[in-house]
This record gives sequence, structure tokens and C-alpha cells, in this order.
Amino acid sequence: MAKKRVVTTTINGDTHEFLCQPRQTLLETLRDVLGLTGTKEGCSNGNCGACTVHLNGRPVDSCLVLGVEVEGAEIRTIEGVACGSHLDEVQEAFLEGAALQCGICTPGFIMQTESLLDENPNPTEDEIRFYLAGNLCRCTGYDKIVRSVQCAAEKRQTANVGDH
Amino acid sequence: MRDFEYEAPTTLANAIAVLAKNNGSARPLAGGTDLIDHVRCGRLEPDVVVDVKKIDELNVLELNDSGLRLGAATPCYRIYGCPEISQQYAALTDSCRIIGGIQIQSRASVGGNICNSGPAADSTPSVIVLGGICVIEGPGGRREVPAEEFCTGPGKNVLKPGELLVEIKFPARPANSGSHYRRFIPRNEMDIAVVGVGASVVLDDSKENIVSARVALGAVAPTPLYVPAVGDAIAGQPANEDTLRKAGAVAKELVTPITDMRGTAEYRVHLTGVLTERVLQAAISRARGEAICTKIGH
Ligand SMILES: Cc1cc2nc3c(=O)[nH]c(=O)nc-3n(C[C@H](O)[C@H](O)[C@H](O)COP(=O)(O)OP(=O)(O)OC[C@H]3O[C@@H](n4cnc5c(N)ncnc54)[C@H](O)[C@@H]3O)c2cc1C
Ligand code: FES
Ligand code: FES
Repeated sequence: MAKKRVVTTTINGDTHEFLCQPRQTLLETLRDVLGLTGTKEGCSNGNCGACTVHLNGRPVDSCLVLGVEVEGAEIRTIEGVACGSHLDEVQEAFLEGAALQCGICTPGFIMQTESLLDENPNPTEDEIRFYLAGNLCRCTGYDKIVRSVQCAAEKRQTANVGDH
Repeated sequence: MRDFEYEAPTTLANAIAVLAKNNGSARPLAGGTDLIDHVRCGRLEPDVVVDVKKIDELNVLELNDSGLRLGAATPCYRIYGCPEISQQYAALTDSCRIIGGIQIQSRASVGGNICNSGPAADSTPSVIVLGGICVIEGPGGRREVPAEEFCTGPGKNVLKPGELLVEIKFPARPANSGSHYRRFIPRNEMDIAVVGVGASVVLDDSKENIVSARVALGAVAPTPLYVPAVGDAIAGQPANEDTLRKAGAVAKELVTPITDMRGTAEYRVHLTGVLTERVLQAAISRARGEAICTKIGH
């Protein structure tokens, strides 16, 4: 058995040092080693996006990243989106828009939407569907998700206007 | 997943030493979007996984007067994130934008795509038509192989044990040139090509005649297929519908597709003709400085 490695990384702003085997994916490491079970496993082969996290600011499928690869990296997971009990705009919009049923795809959709709105604060429906194409949902039929993303974009823009 | 050791060398020399020491049982890891799944499902059984993303030479992305240098591990999002590359090497960025979804593009590299050597690899036809040269380094030194000679069969290529693809070099784009890549899939995104076509054309100064053209096809042969006969058939011809129809007809004669769940051989031959015409038309439009619509279904 390959020796466990020490990996130091920043997750949701906090420094973490953990042990993992080279064969453990980032998804397994987050869930099984660090107890961060908000990130979900759907397919484990890169097709469903349930395991989406941000790695150095880019959305990735954590089932296709090795835990040992994230040495020195910055990671953001679904646990880092809300501020205490205060949900962010995307989470609020998903709740209000009933963009989930069973909820297993939701953390991945929210992380992907966060990236989308950071890159493109005012996306068209086509742009939303294209950017979220790597996220699958077996329950909602997608329309409510797309509408909730549009609503989240509006909420963010109003919030930002309010800030100034 | 199978147990393996992990190494992350920071120099090319160390990477080659690690690969050579393990004599065939070590596997390079770029974005991992093929490799991690292949190890998980048992298709590959490496004892050592060698992460090559920390090596400077494999992350090069440099555009200058003599052309484009593309480090083998450079992820797709960095390539299409560069407006000058999207403008000059449009077929390459067309490909990078459709490999998987956004999460996959954060990690997947063009080097990994060609080294995985799938017949339907979406960036390989573009690399071929843009004249890409694969720069390979191994225990025996450095060598260069034109992209059209790199893949030798499904999942097979010219790399010998211990060799690494370092970068792909592209010549500078000639005046009045344009390129495009397009694939047919039944969905809008996230699918494997039924047929894919890449094309690059050079027009004369009037922009009415084709000086030369390169076409490469995906998913219609055991490897991505360069078809020089298509370019030969239309070089020197007017850039019009008759010429494009001729190109489509020649391409159809050259393919040897199989029937599988994505389509019958007959359907793939038909698609080869249709897509060859459309992709050449788009490359011609780009060479004339016209914008093209790359939306699926258009
Ligand atoms: C959900 C999903 C969707 C996908 N969609 C598409 C698609 O639409 N089109 C498409 O073409 N592909 C697709 N792929 C396949 C894959 O993403 C691409 O082939 C990608 O370009 C591989 O690049 P990588 O950097 O992730 O390679 P890796 O997985 O790291 O490596 C691929 C192979 O090449 C070897 N290798 C990597 N780098 C080197 C090197 N420098 N020298 C020598 N050998 C090397 C590895 O050992 C491995 O065998 C998809 C994959 C997934 C999981
Ligand atoms: S679990 Fe990672 S993409 Fe499905
Ligand atoms: S809500 Fe059940 S999979 Fe999306």
C-alpha cells in the first residue's frame, strides 16, 4: 500500500493539513477524511457535476482530481458559500424557485452557478444552459434551475447596487 | 481505486527520469479527465502516477511571430481564454470549448487529448489541420512528430515507454487563412462525436479562390484521420458551392467508420460529406474576416 501523504491546503479560507493516499480522489478526501460531506458523489466519472468544487478559482469535478494534487491549492466547497446561517443569493434563489427535489445535485449546481455569475453576472438562458451542461439533475427537469439562476443573477445585481 | 504512488516532478529531466525508472508502469497525469477514470475502471494499471502539471515547459502558452507554442498540459480554458489564439487558431479553440463541460475544460489538456489517442478526440483534427508538431522528449532525447502521425490506433500512439509529450508547436498562420472544427452529436453538449471535422483554408488575395486546404476527420477511422486528398482536390479552385460539394464527395470516399451505438457506418459516411462541406464553408468565411455562428445546430 502506498504511503499516506501529508497535504496542506486552504479550504473555504481555513488552512487544513490532512493525510491521504495517492489513490484517494479530492471528493473522497473531502467527504471521508475531512468530513465535508456537502460535496456529493453522483457518477464518480466526471459526467454529473454533483462533486463540483472550486480549485484555485476554477470549477472542477472533484471526483477527477487526486487529493494529493491539491497541495498548496485554494479550495472552495458548498460549505463555504453561506455566511453562518445567512444564505447567499444563489442558495436563496434555489430555495425560493424550488430548483431542487431530492437535492443531491444541488451543491454541484450551486458551485457551478457561483462560477458562472462571477464570470458573467448577467447570463442569457442559452449561456446558463451551456455553462451548467456538466451538471445533471434527475428530478427537476432543469427549467426551475435555469429560472433560479436568472433570479440569483438579479438578486446579486441588486445587492451590488445597494453596496455602492 | 487501484493503489499507486504519486510523484510530482518540477523539471522535465526529473519527470523523464521517474518515467524511465518505472519502465512502462508509470503514467503521466495531466488534467486526469481520462486517466483517473481509466485507473478507476481498471483499463489502466499504473504503479506510479506522474503529475506533469508542475513542469514549466508543459504549461507554456506563447503566441509570437513564428507561431504558437502550446504546452502539453495546458488546460482548455486557458487556450480559449486568449482572444488572439481564438482569432488566429480558431479551430483549436472551437475544439477546446466543446471538450466536456466547463468543469472538464478547467482541467482537460490538448496534450492529454492526443495522448489518450481516442478516434473521436475533439482537438486532434484541429491540431492536425493547423499543422501541429508534437515535441516529444524521453530517455533517448528529443524528437518531433507531425500531429497526423502521432496516433497509431485506438488508444495507441508513437510514444515509447518513458517518453513525454512536451508541447505542440504550430506555425504562424498565413495571410487570408481561416479554420474551424465542428462535430455532430445528438445532444447539445457533453457527448462524444458521431463525426468530427476540422479544416483550415488559405485563400488568395481576392478571397475568391482556395490556395490550399487541410482537412482532418474524427470518429470515422481507427485514429483521427488526416485526408490530404480533400485539400488536393480543392486547391486552386474557386471558393464556391461546387468546390465544397467536391470536397465532401472526396472525403466520403476516404473514411472507414464502424457501426456502434452512436451511429451506423452508412450514417457516418453521409455525415462526413455534410460536415466537410459546412466546416470548409465556415473556414472560408473566417478567412474572409466574416463572423460565423458556432451555435449547435446552425
Ligand atoms: C465527462 C467527460 C466528458 C468528456 N468530453 C470529451 C469531449 O467532448 N471530447 C473529447 O475529445 N474528450 C472528452 N473527454 C475526454 C477527456 O476529457 C479529454 O481526452 C482530455 O483532453 C484529456 O486531457 P487530460 O489533460 O485530462 O488528460 P489525462 O487524463 O491526464 O491523460 C490522458 C492520457 O494521456 C496520457 N498523458 C497525458 N499527458 C501526457 C503527456 N504530456 N505525455 C504523455 N502522455 C500523457 C495519460 O497518461 C493518459 O493516458 C471527456 C471526459 C469526461 C470525463
Ligand atoms: S461525481 Fe464527479 S462528476 Fe459525477
Ligand atoms: S434534485 Fe434530485 S437530482 Fe437534482
